Parts: sequence; structure tokens; C-alpha cells
Amino acid sequence: MPVKVKKLEDGVYQLDVKGYVCPHPQLYTMKTLEKIKSGDILEVVFDNPSSEESITALCNKEGHEIVEKRSDGGTFVYRIKKA
Amino acid sequence: MADDSDRKRMFWAFSILGLMLIVSLWYYSVHPVFMYIVTYLWFGVAYGLLLQWGRFCFASAWRDLIAIGVTRMFVGIMIAMAVFSIIMAVLAEYRLSTFHPGPLGPHELIGGLIFGIGMVLAGGCASGTLYKIGEGNGTSMIALTTMIFGQAIFVDIGGWFDQLLRNYIFPRPAFTLAEKLYGKHPGLAKMLLADSLLNTIIPILVLFVFAYVVVARKGIIRQIAQQKAASAANGEVKTSFSDELRGFWYMITASKRTTIAGVLIGIIAGFHVLAMQNLRYKFGIGNFGHALTALGLEGVSKRGTVFDPGYWYITTQEAQVGGWVLHKLGWNMMDNIYFGMSNGLPDPWWNPALLMSVGIVFGAMVMALLNREFKFKKPTKELALWGFLGGVFMGMGARIALGCNIGAFYIRVAGGDPGGWLFFLGMGGGALVAVRFMNWWSERKLKAQDIEIEIE
Repeated sequence: MPVKVKKLEDGVYQLDVKGYVCPHPQLYTMKTLEKIKSGDILEVVFDNPSSEESITALCNKEGHEIVEKRSDGGTFVYRIKKA
Repeated sequence: MADDSDRKRMFWAFSILGLMLIVSLWYYSVHPVFMYIVTYLWFGVAYGLLLQWGRFCFASAWRDLIAIGVTRMFVGIMIAMAVFSIIMAVLAEYRLSTFHPGPLGPHELIGGLIFGIGMVLAGGCASGTLYKIGEGNGTSMIALTTMIFGQAIFVDIGGWFDQLLRNYIFPRPAFTLAEKLYGKHPGLAKMLLADSLLNTIIPILVLFVFAYVVVARKGIIRQIAQQKAASAANGEVKTSFSDELRGFWYMITASKRTTIAGVLIGIIAGFHVLAMQNLRYKFGIGNFGHALTALGLEGVSKRGTVFDPGYWYITTQEAQVGGWVLHKLGWNMMDNIYFGMSNGLPDPWWNPALLMSVGIVFGAMVMALLNREFKFKKPTKELALWGFLGGVFMGMGARIALGCNIGAFYIRVAGGDPGGWLFFLGMGGGALVAVRFMNWWSERKLKAQDIEIEIE
């Protein structure tokens, strides 16, 4: 299963790690955030509940802002603005 | 307003609880002594509810600390252990504890190392695997299956595990710190001092300082400095020692959910020990094998016992399922020390500790359903392979160390057994190795595709 990182528009990217379990969602989130520019938005789509707290803690630690959190039927969508 | 899918989730959550209630009544109707099994089941449910709600996973504690520099689970687990250690000392004082220290030796470190690799590969520790199955995680189901059969095969094949137990592990000393320093039953104050404070709380504080300085400090102090800069007139900022203390406290309380889950799990684990010991007094049994023998049921060991820890435990009851299945298929599993001499192979429905594991899975499922987090996640080939290997490694590590992240670490350290820390260190070393591998693997995968984000 490929890890999907796609550009939605200028400065907005989407990382789809649905189906992945720990530690993959948080690890890919960290690595993708390292690659985008400050101020860019990363939308992470995941369905592993325990990654929710880990991704939140990661963003707090690095100073990234989670601008939107959505969840439905076990799928989570976080929009993260890179610090 | 609740929609149809919400109603469905509620229906399933309460159906599971209702079904477990019916099963509990059935056990009681067969014989009142089976309330013992029912008690294990419902404590399992309580653990499952809290593990899922708090996303409580020992794999995540080490892995997130090493891989992404996040301390929240590391902190949560330590808080759970500190609370539990105080309760354990009080229970021991009143002869209400079921805890026994394990043989102290390097096998705990080696077992922890192998277990640590496995838990990172599988994406969850032994208890984490169970609660994640309750969330519908297919990878964890594979990990559990290989842990079940891997352990059973591991303890029987070639007879070398018997040799290891007989000649090396069993002769080693087993003691709590209070026993070592003051002798048997030294009184509550000395047990609180040695087992709780010296063996548990002080090492935890040292680890917290380590985690703060090495991992968390940089990010937290930056936040504090930003807050100060925003309010300072000239924008100049200096951080002081009181800021460091504030930062340290922030690290401990950053994830309220994890911290609250930690405190509650510590309390529940304490009540579990209390309940099991009281039931032993009530039914006049030292081990549930005595009750099974009295009822003419099979599967007890040569000593007349079955696996019945009297506290939170995960892996042995899983190994028993594998052993039981293979035994029924004609592989003699009762000719080894592990099953034949001490743990037995009772039918799964009469296996007290196994019902605790069942309870954890369904407790977690109920919580996941109520929180709209249940989703069946079919594993990909890649994740299935990691799950398969992770389960095998966790099973082998747990058997060598005589326990997993719960039985060989959490319960042992809180009970005052210093050997639990050896398992913890081993687990950290194993996690480090596996995280490095995972890092390499994920870099490789990100590079393998045409990622448009590599702009600069």
C-alpha cells in the first residue's frame, strides 16, 4: 500500500495514511511536515485512534498549529499549519 | 441528534455489555465459584475501557519518545505505576496482595529487548494489541494470533525452554526491595519507603527529569518564551528556573486524558488485586486450579494449579490458548514445565485469566463504539508481515522474561520487584532498534514515490 502525499493546491498537501497503524501515521506526519514549508498546510487523514493524541502532542511540541480537527466513523482528518 | 449510524453503534455497545452480563449469570448458575472467572472478566472490561479511552500503550510510550519526541504516554504509564505502587504496599500490609516477585536476572533484560522490538513492529504492546483489536485493528489480530501460537510452540519445542527455566531462571533470587532491605513483612511504612518510593516513585522522577531535559524541554521552553515575548514590552525574554519547573509540570499534565487514564488504571489494578485475594479467601482456594479439580474439570497442571495471577496479566493466558489448541490437535503440550508443571491447559471457557483478556477486547470495543472510533481495518500485506513478526517477537520476549509490559514491568515494579526495571530497559533498547528500522523503512517508502512536496 503506497503512502499517499498529494498536493491539493499551492501550499496545501494531503497525507493519506488510512489503514496504517502505530507508529506509521505519526511517523509519516512528522516526516512530511519536515518536508513542507513554514506556513504550508498539511491535511492528515488517518483511522488509527491512538495516533490522534500522538499527532496532537507532536504538533504542540514543534509549535505547529492544528487548525481543524474532524472525525467521522473512525476516520480522522487533521489540518496542520506548519510553524 | 443521533443519526442511524450512532444508534447502531450504541446498539452494539450495549449489546456487548448485555451479552457479557448474560455470560456472567450463566457462570454463576453453573457454580458460584465461577464468580472468580466473572471477576476477572469485568476487571478486563474496565481495563479495556480505560486503555482505549486513554490510548494507553506501552509500545507508544517508548516509541513516541524515541521516534517523534513525544512524552505523553511515557508520563501516563509512569503515573499509573506510581499510583498502583502505593495501593500495592497498602494491600501487602493487610495480606491482601496476590503479588509475587519474579526471579531477578539478565533474562529480564534480554526478554525485554526482544519484546521491545516486537511491540514496535506490531504497533502495540501486549495490552495495546488487545485494546486495538477492540478498535477493529486487523494488524493487531494477526499479532495476537502469532503471539498465541508462537509462545506455545516456543515453550515446548526442543525442550530447551524447560532447561532455561529449571537450570537458570528458577534458581535465581526473587525478592521485593522491602524484603531485601528489611526482611519479610516489614510493615507498611517500610514497604511504602522501599517498594513504592525507592523502587517506583524515585526512579520515575529520575526518568521524568531525563525525558524533560533530553526530549520535551526544548519545545516547552520555546512555547513559554513565546508567551513571555508576547507580553514583554521590548520583546526581550529570559527564562528562569521557575519556567523550567513550569515546563516540567506542563510535560506531566500536557495530556490530561492520558494522565487521568493513568491514575484510574492504577486504582483499578489495585482493586483488582484486592478483589481476587478476597475471593480466594471466600472460596478457600490459593489458586483456581483447586476449584477446577474439586469440580472434576480437566487441564490443571501436575501441581494442581492453573495460571491464576490474581492481578492484571496478558501473555500467559494467550499462550494457553495456543497450547490448548495444539494439545487438542495431538501435540502433547503438557509435557513441558510451563504448561504441565505450573500453568496447566484448562478449557478456554474455564480459564480465569483468559476471560480477563476477553474482557479487555470487548471493553475497548464498547468504548471505541461509543466514541465513534470503531472501524475494521484490514491489514495490508506489509502491515500483516509486521504484525506477524511483532507477535512472534513479543511472545518470545515475554516468555523469556516471564511476562510482558504488564506482568514483567508494570506489576513487578509497582510491587517492589527491582527486576521490572531490567525489563523496562530492555524494552527501551528493543524499541530503539525497531524505531531505527521503521525510520529507515518509512524514509525509503516516501522516497520510492513521486512526492511533489519536495519543493526545496
